[in-house]
Amino acid sequence: MSKVPVTYKRTDMQSDQEVKWCPGCGDYTILASVQNFMAEMGISKEKIVFVSGIGCAARFPYYMNTYGVHSIHGRAPAVATGVSVSNPDLSVWVVSGDGDALSIGGNHLIHALRKNVNIKILMFNNQIYGLTKGQYSPTSEEGKKTKSSPFGSVEMPLNPMSLALGAEATFVARSIDMDRDLTASILEEAKNHKGSAFVEIYQNCNVFNDKAFELLTSKETRVANKINLVHGEKTVFGEDGHKAVVIRNGIAEIVDTKDVDESEIYVHNIYEENPTTAFSLSRLSHGPYGPTPLGVFRKVERDSYTEDVHGQIDLAKEQKGEGELDKLIRSLGTWDVS
Amino acid sequence: MTTENKTVESIPAITIRFAGDSGDGMQLVGTRFTDTSAVFGNDLATLPAFPAEIRAPQGTIAGVSSFQVQIADFDILTPGDNPDVLVAMNPAALKAHLHDLAPNGMLILNEDAFDEKNITKAGYKVDPRESGELDGYRIFQVPMEKLTKEALEEFDLPGRAVLRSKNMIALGLISWTFNRPLEDTENWINAKFSKLPEIAKANVKALKTGYNFGITTEAFHHTYIVEKASLPPGEYTNINGNIGLSWGLIAAAEKANLGLFYGSYPITPASDILHELSKHKNFNVITFQAEDEIAAAAASVGASFTGKLAVTGTSGPGLALKSETISLALSAELPLVVVNVQRGGPSTGLPTKPEQSDLMFALYGRHGESPLPVVAAKSPSHAFYAAFEASRIALKYMTPVILLSDNYVATGSEPWNLPDTDGLKDLDTNIITKLNTEDGFLPFLRNVDTFARPWALPGTPGLEYRVGGLEKEEGTGNVSYDSANHQYMTDMRAWKVSNIANDIDQLEIHGDESADTIVLGWGSTYGGITQAVNRLNEKGVKVASAHFVHLNPFPDNTLEVISKFKQVIIPELNTGQLLKLIREAFLVDARGINKVAGEPFTAQELADKIEGIINE
Repeated sequence: MSKVPVTYKRTDMQSDQEVKWCPGCGDYTILASVQNFMAEMGISKEKIVFVSGIGCAARFPYYMNTYGVHSIHGRAPAVATGVSVSNPDLSVWVVSGDGDALSIGGNHLIHALRKNVNIKILMFNNQIYGLTKGQYSPTSEEGKKTKSSPFGSVEMPLNPMSLALGAEATFVARSIDMDRDLTASILEEAKNHKGSAFVEIYQNCNVFNDKAFELLTSKETRVANKINLVHGEKTVFGEDGHKAVVIRNGIAEIVDTKDVDESEIYVHNIYEENPTTAFSLSRLSHGPYGPTPLGVFRKVERDSYTEDVHGQIDLAKEQKGEGELDKLIRSLGTWDVS
Repeated sequence: MTTENKTVESIPAITIRFAGDSGDGMQLVGTRFTDTSAVFGNDLATLPAFPAEIRAPQGTIAGVSSFQVQIADFDILTPGDNPDVLVAMNPAALKAHLHDLAPNGMLILNEDAFDEKNITKAGYKVDPRESGELDGYRIFQVPMEKLTKEALEEFDLPGRAVLRSKNMIALGLISWTFNRPLEDTENWINAKFSKLPEIAKANVKALKTGYNFGITTEAFHHTYIVEKASLPPGEYTNINGNIGLSWGLIAAAEKANLGLFYGSYPITPASDILHELSKHKNFNVITFQAEDEIAAAAASVGASFTGKLAVTGTSGPGLALKSETISLALSAELPLVVVNVQRGGPSTGLPTKPEQSDLMFALYGRHGESPLPVVAAKSPSHAFYAAFEASRIALKYMTPVILLSDNYVATGSEPWNLPDTDGLKDLDTNIITKLNTEDGFLPFLRNVDTFARPWALPGTPGLEYRVGGLEKEEGTGNVSYDSANHQYMTDMRAWKVSNIANDIDQLEIHGDESADTIVLGWGSTYGGITQAVNRLNEKGVKVASAHFVHLNPFPDNTLEVISKFKQVIIPELNTGQLLKLIREAFLVDARGINKVAGEPFTAQELADKIEGIINE
């Protein structure tokens, strides 16, 4: 990634298009966080590409004054893969939603993650289909009553963190729309990561699924329910840190801090090669319905697909020299007719 | 080369079909004989045919694999109609192919395979050699397995490995019969098994044993020679359509000064394009084996947006999956070549058999008003030029282009008179690096001649723009739901494609221009139709032909050509798709000759049917 010492104002990152999300939508906050972050991330904007699929979140590229593709439903990781390998100098960002990334595009998501394509995937999870006006999504809770599930959803929802970790993702993190600082710090970590970064951002849909994340946002409850994962720090949360996370027999558990020896409290390590602990942390909550971990779950080094593809091309050129058409069309043997 | 005093008869052409179990190595024997004949200087054309199963049950009809080649001392266009020689490695191969063998044809049987078990497995009630059904053919029974075992006794090889060499007995014998030197194949064997010298020696021994069997046995009275063809001077290679198409894409990328991106998901019979292109990374080729057909197309759209000559390749069922993504490229006006190597359909259909049944799908298989150019390859060597042409149109007009091939073009081979690559024209692109108005960048401000929009590539400062599948405002490219704009953009996308008619090769008339009847074709029927028309002209039947490479838009002079004739006949390996298009576009009462039998037309079959219609 070539970096130039450029800084912009937030307004430089804004396109001239009117933002058309519903008033009060969590997407506005995320857009502001991303624009602020990008203005200062040190990459000139012609090298930034936003790729999206379909859904409310997918309108995001239109509002960024960078290159952008608003593609088709679910396919953004695949489109972005084509962008990334075609020009490894680009900073490629995917914006997706829970339906786009986990339902219609589930296949592309897992394969982009396992290949470690050099793309950063921001999945806005509002646990609902917004643009189609309120059907349950793959992250909606069981029993959810919507237009398409009047008697309650009978489906087990996906846990996006568990899915990403299971798909061999090298960078997995979760934020929430209202926590701009956390979002900015995760974006910074993601930007510098080699390969795929998967960032779930809880996002309130105030029209079709309002207050879905209230437990994590309201003043009264958030302290008791936000488990902030910070590398190198003991994982304690709640009022005065009276709750803690411990790992027992490989399984993460929430305990009262006073009940355990301090040495037993889990010290977060995002660089742990084995994804088992990160996976276990992802199982602490299956949605924002109680104490929920936020922050970077995992960040490990692995060659990126983008680099490896170009490594092979460079090697082929080194070994065989630049391709020559005249040699190519004679490579199967020829004979002369006079 | 000695023929030990046996007579050598010179013949102008011969068609040989090798048939055996999928594991018998018939494709290899056929390819070796073909390459030797190519180097010798014959004109030739091949037709491999194999089952969709990798190893169907041994000894059954389902497991029979075959390879047909016609070699000639003159310019030929097809792999021959009925074989003059059939090599049958077992009863199933005999049963599957005997009906095609020409009267008095030469039938070479591996007699060791004709035991009761194999005869029953093939579905024969009695031994066909004793039932009289082989009367009228010249039968040569060769104990291929016994010969192999005896010849390879000196080698320390397991029994199965020994028997695997029996195809070399067949190749040696046929090489002797048709006076082909063995050196080329010997070299090939030694190269292939350079790390397994015992195997190499064993195969060479088997090859020579087959050859010597021809010399010594009294059954073979004389041999044949097909002299060099008087092909136009030049340097030739033997090429199949998948490789030709792959090289055409590489050439187009070179001539456009772009990298090539090929996104694909393995599918028969298109996978060999992926295999071929992935060998040539030193040409700046990126091959992306995607997780599915959709991702293959979607990544190609991403590559196109980023400035590659982007290509996605597939076969029929895969084209269905790519449909929505092609519409995106069409709406975003990005260059994209979509290769469809057609096979028998619908659904999984006949994965290893040729058919031309995706023409309508190529033209119309998308939601919304979504016209795009369609180009078809007409022969293995033409696949190179068709790929080049499809790329030229995509880049010049900022549009997806569908390039149709089929299993017959893809897997068949023919000599290709190599072009002077310097003579291939440079391809124009619409890459833009500076603002196109004083007020800023307008990503949908069109070229006044081609209607193409500018192609701004990520990394270019000042041209940052967003594009997607929502309707765009002409000029700015901003999302627009304006009704007049949508009407305009829909019309514009159609004009842009129809305007290409001015910029493509005109339809050429072949054969007797003074005839009342013209035969129109497209794609892989080229060889069959042209040869049929030649035969009819030779016997005094007045008929002409013309072959479409461009199916959308049709060349400008199509109406003019059709108007010269009273009768239009359209042979196709489908139930009448070009037929419908021609009838609709030109209001002519065209007649179809249609077949969907998983095999190409033979030239004689077409000649008979065309003559039949003319004489009605």
